[in-house]
Parts: sequence; C-alpha cells; structure tokens
Amino acid sequence: MNNAHSPTFSPALAAGSIPGLNEAIVRRFTLATIIWALFGFAAGTWVALLLAFPQLNIGLEGTFGRLRPVHTTGVILGFAGNALIGTSLYVVQRTCMVGLWGGRRLADFLFWGYQAFLVIAITGYVLGITQSREYAEPEWYADLLLLVVWVTYAAIFAGTIARRREPHIYVANWFYLAFIITVAVLHIVNNLAMPVSFAGTKSYSAFSGVQDALIQWWYGHNMVGFFLTAGFIGIMYYFVPKQAERPIYSYRLSIVHFWALIFLYIWAGPHHLHFTALPDWTQTLGMAFSIMLWMPSWGGMINGIMTLSGAWGRLRTDPILRFLVVAVAFYGMATFEGPLMALKSVNALSHYTDWTVGHVHSGALGWVAFIAFGALYFMVPRLWRRPLWSVRLVEWHFWIASLAIVLYITAMWVSGITQGLMWRAYDALGFLQYSFADSVAMLHPYYVIRALGGVLYLTGGILMTVNIIMTIRQPAVRVPKVAAAPAVTA
Amino acid sequence: MANQGTPNHGTPNHGTIERSLPLLSLLSLLVIAIGGLVEIVPLFRIESTVEKVAGIRPYSPLEQMGRNIYTREGCYTCHSQMIRPFRDEVDRYGHYSIAAESMYDHPFLWGSKRTGPDLARVGLKYSNAWHLAHMEDPRSVVPVSIMPAYRQLKDRDIDLDSLPAHLTALRKVGVPYTDTQIKQAIADAKAQASGVDTEGLLARYPKARLGDFDGQPDRVTEMDAIIAYLQVLGTLVDFRDARLEKGAAK
Repeated sequence: MNNAHSPTFSPALAAGSIPGLNEAIVRRFTLATIIWALFGFAAGTWVALLLAFPQLNIGLEGTFGRLRPVHTTGVILGFAGNALIGTSLYVVQRTCMVGLWGGRRLADFLFWGYQAFLVIAITGYVLGITQSREYAEPEWYADLLLLVVWVTYAAIFAGTIARRREPHIYVANWFYLAFIITVAVLHIVNNLAMPVSFAGTKSYSAFSGVQDALIQWWYGHNMVGFFLTAGFIGIMYYFVPKQAERPIYSYRLSIVHFWALIFLYIWAGPHHLHFTALPDWTQTLGMAFSIMLWMPSWGGMINGIMTLSGAWGRLRTDPILRFLVVAVAFYGMATFEGPLMALKSVNALSHYTDWTVGHVHSGALGWVAFIAFGALYFMVPRLWRRPLWSVRLVEWHFWIASLAIVLYITAMWVSGITQGLMWRAYDALGFLQYSFADSVAMLHPYYVIRALGGVLYLTGGILMTVNIIMTIRQPAVRVPKVAAAPAVTA
Repeated sequence: MANQGTPNHGTPNHGTIERSLPLLSLLSLLVIAIGGLVEIVPLFRIESTVEKVAGIRPYSPLEQMGRNIYTREGCYTCHSQMIRPFRDEVDRYGHYSIAAESMYDHPFLWGSKRTGPDLARVGLKYSNAWHLAHMEDPRSVVPVSIMPAYRQLKDRDIDLDSLPAHLTALRKVGVPYTDTQIKQAIADAKAQASGVDTEGLLARYPKARLGDFDGQPDRVTEMDAIIAYLQVLGTLVDFRDARLEKGAAK
C-alpha cells in the first residue's frame, strides 16, 4: 500500500504517450453522464411522487404513463448509456495505447448524435409519441437515428481495437465489444415496424401478440444483460483493478464467465412471460437458463471483489474504491435475486408486483449507478488533470446513496410481496379476500418511502455534481514529463 | 495484463481469440445469436403457438384508435392485459388469456406491472357511463384509485381522415383488413362513436360495443375511442368452443 499516494489522483498519462489520444470526447461524455444522471434521478423521483400523490398528475403531458419512460430512458440510455460510451472510449484508448479511430469529427458526431437521439426520444414521450415497448419506446425515426449513431460507435470502438499497439485485447474490451454488438442486434430486431406514413410519427410493430411479446422481452431482458451488465462489467474490469492498484483476480475466470455470460443471458428473456400465453416450453427454457445464469454472474462478481485481495484495508479510507466494490456486491445480490424470481413458483407471486421494480432498482441504483459513480470519480481528476475537490463529499455521496437504496428496496419488497399475497388471498368461505382497490390503498406509505429514497439518491447525485464542478474549476496540476502510472493495465 | 493462466502462444487457445478482433467479434455474435434463434424462430413456425379461436377479429377502426391512445398514454405501465391460469386470477378477472386473443395486437400490450388491475377482460364489466366517469375522475368512482384523470380525451377529436392509412399499415404487418373495411373505416368509426347506422359496422366487426360513449354524439373523440377499446377487451372469444371449456375447468 502506498499510503502517501492520494486515493483520488495519480499522475495522469504523460502527454504524447498515446498517439492521437482523444480525451476531449471522454470529457464531454463524462459531463453528459452527470447531466443525464441528474435528469434521470429527478424524473424517477417525480414519477415516484406521482404514484404516492396522484393529484400531481397534470394534463396529459404530466401523467405517470407518459413520464415513466422519460425516467427509464433518462437513466438507462441517458445516464448509463453516456457512462458506457464515455468509459469505453477512455478505456479502449488506454488499453490499446492508441487514439480513437475515425478522428475527432466522427467522435463529435457520435456525441452529438447520441444526445440528439435522447432529446428527440424523451420529448416525444411527453408529447405522446411512443412504441409502448418497454425500454424501446422511441418511434421509428428516432430508432433509425440511434442505429446510425450506434454503428458509428461500433466503428470507432472496433476501429480503435483494430489498430491497437498491444498484442492482446484487454478483457474490459471484450465485454464492451459484446455489449455493442448485441445491443445493435437487439435494437434492429425489436424495432422492426411499419410507419403509418413517412411524414408521421406513428408506426405499428412488425410482430403481434405472442411473437411480439417474446421479441420484446428478448430485447428487454438483454438490455439489462448487455447494456446494464456486460458493458458495466467492462467498466468493472478496468476501474476496479486501477483504483485498487491490484491485478484482476483470475484471468481464467474472466474467460469462462465472459463466454458463459453472453451465451446464457440471451436465453433468459421468457422469464418475463411466465404463465402467459407464451408456449410452455419457451417459458421453461427461459427459467432454466435464468438459473444457470447465476453462475457466470457470480463468476464476474467474484473476479471483481477478489481483485481487492491484499487491498481490503483501502475500503476504509477510499470511498471511490468503496463505490466500485459495493457496486459489485450489489451486482452479486441482484443476480442472485434474479434467478430466484425467474423460478416459476416464485414468479407467480412476484410478477406484476413492486417486487420486480425493487429488484430492478437494486441492480440499477446499487450496481449500475454505483460503478458509474466510481468510474466518474476516477476519471475526472485524470481527464482534467487536477485532484478531486473533496473526498469527504464522496463519503457523503456514498452513505446518502446507500441509505437511499435501502429505503427504496425494502419499501418495494414489502409492498410487492404484500400485493402478491393480497391478490391470491382467499377467505374462509372461499371468496377472494381483498378487492383490487384494497391492494392499491395499501401501497401509499411504501410509495412515500420509495419517493424519499429517490430524493436521497438525487441528493447524492447533486453532491457528486458539485464535487466534480468544483474539481474542474480548480487550476490544473502540471503533468510530470515521465508518468509513474501504476502498471496495472499493461 | 494480470494473468494467472498464461496464454499459450503456440497452439490455438483463448490467446488466439483475444489477439484477433474479427475472431472475438464473430464468436461473440455467434454465441449471442444461438439463444434468440432457438427460442424465437420456432414461434413463427409451430402451429400450436397461436391456436385459432372462434370470434377473434381485427379491431374496429375506433377500437384501434382507442388502442393507440392506450399505448400513447402509457396505460401499459400500470395495467396488464394477460390473465395467468391461477385460481385467484380467474376468479378476479375471468378466463385466463389465450394466445389467439392478442394475435392482431401490434404491438402486444400484455404489460409487466399491475399498479392497477388487469384489463384483459374488462370489456362489458362496467357500463359506458361508468368508464366515462372513471376516465374523467377516477376517484369519483374508486376513492382509493391513484390513476391520473383523463378528462382531456373528451375534448380531443380523432383524426378520422387518417384511419384508412392506419388500417393499411396494419394490413402490411399482417392484420387481415379487407378493402371494404379500409374504405369504410371513417364511416365505421362515426357509426360506432354515435351508435347510429351501425349495420355495416356490426357486420364487419361483430360484438363491437356501440356509443355514444362520451355524451357528444356529433363528435368522434379520443374518449369515444378509448372506451370503445376497453369495452371490447376480452369479449371476443367464443367460450362455447369445446377445447376452451375443457381448459377453463382447470
């Protein structure tokens, strides 16, 4: 352990050690990540309040139904998406020891194209333009824009790997690559649709009923599997060893869990359709693969957490490392709960309830966002060449956000399981014990607690924003001619 | 890189894959394609995926417009349309949902959450007047409801001229609308929303629930459309079909 060395800042790369290094684009994506985080968290808190206090639904534009996708797109494609693209461009240049393929113009197009897609999609929802496919709500014209942007992203990322100056492709890049390829496939297939008119916004899905449902949840589950998991495991494989200053625990494990994860994830979609009109054999396949998925998921978790071997003590003093490691722990928890909920007998209770919402958020708030926060706190001092303004504020962020997650998840567990039990309860005479309205009236206190969790999580996000703005406003530190970067990644 | 295993540089092994971008990309694509292909492709090939059921028909133009409002307003974020084959769900909502009932649904609206109740068989459970009151102010009829009010729908006219284009687009993705149905789309919507001159409509769309839904017989509003849609949900299947009765006895 080098205790003299600040946990938040190590000397940045010496200028010129990576030819064509494009840090300006990573800085932009970093700022976009923070802006979308605030937007997405605020939207989430607001829609949570709409459920607790329905009087707040104003007009058609301000209803829960229209604003819920504003939140989900804001956090998934806005916050997580910008974090993924930003970190991947940061990582790929450093691990390949070469600047981005395609030059600055193409990178700028990627940035502005992606932000334009987000703004077009989200403003569309408020105006009532949606395909009603969860996490694929944007209509056909926005989908086409995203396709162009995504192909650009794939070209920049793969092009950079192609001209790498290292023989091996670093493990983080395998995950980023699989994420980029799979999301492209998912996006194209799930959004096949027939526009009513090429001058209008409305389209009809190319598929119907059973087939449409399976394609949508094949997409939906693998947006979780590849967008919110594989890509973020890429983040884990670079930033955890970097911040811990330790090598990855097991190279073999990373190979095994990479192939197992990407192979098994794709099958798990049907667990969103248990006991529906989807054929039984498909449901059973989905369930079986969901359970198998537990193993590669925990393979990744073990590889991330055990990377701290010999550096556990740093968790006490380094809140950035703590964000990264607690994220991986949440990943382990969420990927245990997931297979459990994919069991048909458990799903019979949990499906359609808030338990699902709680499960998603333990993954989203605990894993996705925490590891993104860790990566942001790691990157900002290096990208702007100045130490982080306040480590104490990172501590505050960590604890406030952790408390927020506890409130959120416990509230949703209780409300979800209560809903499920109330719906199936029979009285002594063999009648349904509760009306549906009873199960709605029960929700209120939990929805208030959940909204409070949202307020706290947003507060944490604001602290992070303040910290990063103040960091950037400080004078830059001069970079020494010879950088003494720790040799964690080759 | 931190290695505990040592990538072999002689015989082909993972070291080969991770030193080749084309190989790594291609293998990844292959590996992620398998699961999707095995699960999805048979659904389009196997006859038993969607068994034909008597009574199922494409939506009338007004119902389809109501369906579009249902998707536009994100009703699916709180309401499911998929009754599972459990005793309590069948008692609460009616016969469990069958595949054929959503065969003309582009997109499907099974939903994933029940903040509000399932709507797969809400049709004809309540009167048109109840739906109107509920849409205008949900808490006037269900005091603990947390649903937003949708009274604005009453002031918004359906764009009748666009109806043939909507039906044509749906026909392109597989809904068997006939030329007559497309030609009569505007007249059918007007007839259903007003309850006047409904003979042709009912011949083309049996069991269509007739208005006036919104208390404005001279207008075809979004309120007419959404209520017409809700009132047809789950009412089309002919449960006298012997196979279904056997299933319902579960």
